[in-house]
Amino acid sequence: MLELNDVAVARGGITVLEGVSFHLAAGNALILRGENGIGKTTLLRAIAGLQPTVNGTIQAPEESIAFASHADGIKAQLTVRENLEFWAEVYGNASSDVDAAIQAMNLMELTDRPAAQMSAGQKRRLGLGRLLVTARLIWVLDEPTVSLDRASVALFSDVVRAHLAGGGAALIATHIDLGIEAETLDLTPFKAKADVTADTFDGDYW
Amino acid sequence: MKALLLRDLRLAIRAGGGFGLGLAFFLILATLIPFGVGPQPDVLASIAPGVLWVGALLSCLLSLERIFALDFEDGALDLMASSPLPLEGIVAVKSLAHWLTTGLPLVVAAPLLGLMLNLPSQSYGWLLMSLLIGTPALSVIGAFGAAITVGLKRGGLLISLLVLPLYVPTLIFGADVVRRAGQGLDASVPAFMLAGLTLGAVAIMPFASAAALRAGLKGS
Repeated sequence: MLELNDVAVARGGITVLEGVSFHLAAGNALILRGENGIGKTTLLRAIAGLQPTVNGTIQAPEESIAFASHADGIKAQLTVRENLEFWAEVYGNASSDVDAAIQAMNLMELTDRPAAQMSAGQKRRLGLGRLLVTARLIWVLDEPTVSLDRASVALFSDVVRAHLAGGGAALIATHIDLGIEAETLDLTPFKAKADVTADTFDGDYW
Repeated sequence: MKALLLRDLRLAIRAGGGFGLGLAFFLILATLIPFGVGPQPDVLASIAPGVLWVGALLSCLLSLERIFALDFEDGALDLMASSPLPLEGIVAVKSLAHWLTTGLPLVVAAPLLGLMLNLPSQSYGWLLMSLLIGTPALSVIGAFGAAITVGLKRGGLLISLLVLPLYVPTLIFGADVVRRAGQGLDASVPAFMLAGLTLGAVAIMPFASAAALRAGLKGS
């Protein structure tokens, strides 16, 4: 479903990872590991199409990737429901998905509360609920469990498991054990050799 | 697209959204000018077109930074850029939302302030019309400045420096429409030029802004 072939990515003009290849099939999850700064976020952003690769190819069906970054993109002045409805509409999905997402992420008691009045963990749950309303097959998640308590992590694991069972796939950069049956890919061997400077002109990207 | 427009309008109106900031600034500016210049009706009448247009332009500047900076900070811009919405469309819709919350209130308030500045009576229609067709250009050009500075902290001043030179043609023709109307001359030529500037800006700027945003998001 998602295939990377000899991918190299750069951060700030310096190549951080090179030679990354893997294949992610439907129904599977892949956990990315690696020390801080190794380039997990950079790789995920490249997969999400937010930045160009230095080398290699990333193949995925069109309109199949939903990306969740460190930041949730939640608007503090909008309520839980308004936030989710916005994203559902952006992805062209019905508001019934919003109700399902609210149920799945245990936000029932918070639906009409402005996000500004929610705790960090509650906001995170809302941010992850956004994935459900995108109805996309491949989830690309960057540290999804930050600021979640143990119960919420378990809740999120269930959501991911249900997504995989439904034929989806997930690529997750995380340091904790989510309790999901998944392969693990350690990025350390792909660390780029020092002093490899990327070509700053990325004509293809334009 | 509609969802994004409604969201931006809703955010502008809710607490802390900055709606009315530009309008308040416009009111203050146009109220202070007569105090500064003194109570000479004919002097006020001759500077009124320029004051109203410069006021509209500066009020517009105030809220430009918010167009993209807020969405950039909380990650929403990244998520929108990776969503099915084309970046050019996002820019266009956000510019439209900026115009509806900043430009349009200025258009509505301007005749009232014209009264305070002793604007000749035959100018009011042209004042309304020139602001109506000129202010959209201010929003789309401003969105371009906001897009270029999106990754920068405190980019507000830089936006002003980047955007003000691009505002000059709109200012010249906009104020000229009102001035000519006040002198009883035919104002249609500068009005057409103004309309042309706006149409050109609306057609080109979203693409330029989207390119700037792509470069900005890539670097972060």
